[in-house]
Amino acid sequence: MKQYEIVIGLETHVELATESKIFCGCSTQFGAEPNTQCCPVCTGMPGVLPVLNERVVELAVRAGLALGCSINLENRFDRKNYFYPDLPKAYQISQLYAPICVNGQVQIGEKTIGIHEIHMEEDAAGLYHDPFLEQTRVDYNRCGVPLIEIVTEPDFRSAAEVVAYLERLKERLVYLGVSDCKMQEGSLRVDVNLSVRAMGAAEYGTRTEMKNLNSFKAIARAIEVEARRQIERLEAGERVIQETRRWDENKDMSYSMRSKEDAQDYRYFPEPDLSVIHLNKAYVDALAASQAELAEEKRARYVAQWGLTEYDAVTITAERAVCQFFEEAVALGAPPKECANWVMGQVLRRRKEEGAVEVALAPQALVRILQLLDAGKINRGAAVVVFDAVYLGGDVDEVIAQQGLEQVNDDAFVRGCIAEMLQEQAAALAQYRAGEEKVFGFLIGQVMKKTKGKAAPEHVTRLLKETISALQ
Amino acid sequence: MIFITETPTTGAKRLAVKDNICVKGVPATAGSRILEGFVPPYSATAYERLEQVGWSLCGKTNMDEFGMGSTGETSAFGATRNPVDATRVAGGSSSGSAAAVAQGLCEAALGSDTGGSIRQPASYCGVTGFKPSYGTVSRYGLIAYASSLDQIGPIAKTAQTCFEVFRDMCGADARDMTSCALAEDFLPTQLEGRVKGLRIGMPRECFGAGLDAQVEAAVRSTAQRLQALGAEVVECSMPSFSAAVAAYYILACAEASSNLARYDGVRYGHRSAAAESVTEMYVNTRSEGFGSEVQRRILLGSFVLSSGYYDAYYKKAAAVRAVIRRDFAQLFAQCDLLLMPTAPTVAPKLRESLQDRLAMYQADLYTVPMNLAGLPAISMPCGKNSAGLPIGAQLVGGYLQDARVLDAAHGFQCAYGWEGMGR
Repeated sequence: MKQYEIVIGLETHVELATESKIFCGCSTQFGAEPNTQCCPVCTGMPGVLPVLNERVVELAVRAGLALGCSINLENRFDRKNYFYPDLPKAYQISQLYAPICVNGQVQIGEKTIGIHEIHMEEDAAGLYHDPFLEQTRVDYNRCGVPLIEIVTEPDFRSAAEVVAYLERLKERLVYLGVSDCKMQEGSLRVDVNLSVRAMGAAEYGTRTEMKNLNSFKAIARAIEVEARRQIERLEAGERVIQETRRWDENKDMSYSMRSKEDAQDYRYFPEPDLSVIHLNKAYVDALAASQAELAEEKRARYVAQWGLTEYDAVTITAERAVCQFFEEAVALGAPPKECANWVMGQVLRRRKEEGAVEVALAPQALVRILQLLDAGKINRGAAVVVFDAVYLGGDVDEVIAQQGLEQVNDDAFVRGCIAEMLQEQAAALAQYRAGEEKVFGFLIGQVMKKTKGKAAPEHVTRLLKETISALQ
Repeated sequence: MIFITETPTTGAKRLAVKDNICVKGVPATAGSRILEGFVPPYSATAYERLEQVGWSLCGKTNMDEFGMGSTGETSAFGATRNPVDATRVAGGSSSGSAAAVAQGLCEAALGSDTGGSIRQPASYCGVTGFKPSYGTVSRYGLIAYASSLDQIGPIAKTAQTCFEVFRDMCGADARDMTSCALAEDFLPTQLEGRVKGLRIGMPRECFGAGLDAQVEAAVRSTAQRLQALGAEVVECSMPSFSAAVAAYYILACAEASSNLARYDGVRYGHRSAAAESVTEMYVNTRSEGFGSEVQRRILLGSFVLSSGYYDAYYKKAAAVRAVIRRDFAQLFAQCDLLLMPTAPTVAPKLRESLQDRLAMYQADLYTVPMNLAGLPAISMPCGKNSAGLPIGAQLVGGYLQDARVLDAAHGFQCAYGWEGMGR
């Protein structure tokens, strides 16, 4: 049985997180009513002209720097001409001859993935197919949203490598503020170019391009299915046809969309309405110096500087909003380890319950809670109550006062509660003294109840032990 | 017809605007059926600036469809006749604008010039037409033909009026990245009419075969009259001149094929009634909406951009363009201005030019080089032939030397009258 090698290259389109579109001032916000965020420029009316949004260049450079690319200080736009209902000018302004970034690399474990180039381009409109009315509707809100296209070398040899790269890519771009990389909202789109060849062969096989891959899971599955399909064809003595295929998640297979014979000639030529972009080295250097810290850099720092575990660091940096909250709280004085525990526990829990991306709690509030805990002013139980009460807003000290959550540290009071409890729970006490260790927890619980949860459990434990040993 | 849309107005500053320059709320056709029903919700920057200084629109003028033509006969609305002789063309593509000025229907008109479309109709109708340096007048609101060649410019009886219109509409525009400002010393507030001391070159390639004898005589007489005003006139040479028409048609048609692709019936303008699919709608709409000259140039442009031909045609034409730019730069190191005819003949008879399109294209040879190099150029009346038909002389300046060009024309007209008839 012949051994085959899978060869994969990726083309990833990333929507840039700018306020306005690449060539006009329309908003890029997702989810608006159709055709409410468009203008003569992005709908291709007669006589209007594109004007480049500088922030697009900035984010493209930042992405390039984070992926180890060289920045082309002189880069240009070109027109890619074709007719399709989602393209109002019948050309897309893109970069072919002189893209903004070239020759990068991304390390995933031991493996290096080459980045061939990154270029800027404008997005097309959204087409919505209505199967009942047999109509397709066009929403121009998306038309002109800035994209960067990141093209890798055909360096991947497995679905696992592809997913690892995409996770790393997404994390970097999110932490840089370049994009929110949400596949479900279309701000991250991946096309997979895949071919197979006999292990050890020098030449690449014929490749196919797969589109409509809507999650990392779908990508991994599609790679597996397509590789098998191609191998089966070759084993049967047939050739692989160079074509574009559309992945159907429900049917767990892909369909041919168009073949090489139908391949378009895009008649590329330099875009005459936009001047050549001249970047100077100082501009690029300034961006490099002001790049946001990447998640992987933060993780290393948390471990080295604050003694967090790898696990802690990974959990905290899994979501940028959570990570931001954590760092703000630490910056305001929260002890890193304590803070990390609370973030991984209570903050994540409550955030999930709220169904939100952002952390609603003010970092200062957590800092205050930790302060009061540390000073013995409240106990753990009270701390959680306060946390929930102020998560959506509110003052920590006020809530403690209102709800009477202050810890009681008075020995006499605690002893009093202990004495009462021991009277009431004579049977349990006897069980404990007879050797049943487990009962101690019950006894503690009963005392805590008497103190209305205000005593510190450690305090109660100590005094209860003392009291019991003193009984004779 | 001169006006496609008339907007009657009174006052001393009536402005006729070529129908490819958008005015908010007024239908714009670019001389084509494909924009039927299109009313732009925006005005061209150039128009807005003129409106602000008191010009008022008296109508949108007829033109060759999308600027593609040299006689005014490719308009979907019918040809524009020459006011001087109604059996002849007004020239193109700014036919209606030149005719409106010649007929006294307005004090100034806006045209657009991609390969001579302001200067040539001005010369045929006996008025003054100025093509500014590329970038000095915003193209926002100008329905594009060839983006790297198009410029909006004024047509009026005198260079003085052309200057005033240019001065008030030029300058950088945030809506056009190819626009630029003219520095203070490049844009005076007044013209002086200074000709004395100017060194004016006459490229020998512009006085060769194909040039009508009377046109040549009138232009040479213009040279002598400029000399009489104190200019130094010398002969010079520009070898790359001969390649300009071919390079122009390749580049202009290439850009046009892309610029006109947006006219598909989806969002505005004509949409074909009978279509079973999107592709059919596109094909039918464009076949119905575009005239034959436009279709010809779109096909030509698509061809020269297509895979396998791009290097041989488009890329080569771009290289020729660079040579032309360089040759001009060398000439302007020696001379302040160049003088040559605007067109090889006076206005032809109606339908005469359409017999031989290649010859019609070749007749652009004196005007297209300035578009390729982005240079300022003016056509001013310099006499009439024996049949009383106007002849235009062209003055060309170095890049951004618009004031110098206008000033020299003004000086000539002060001495010899705006019709250039004085001896």
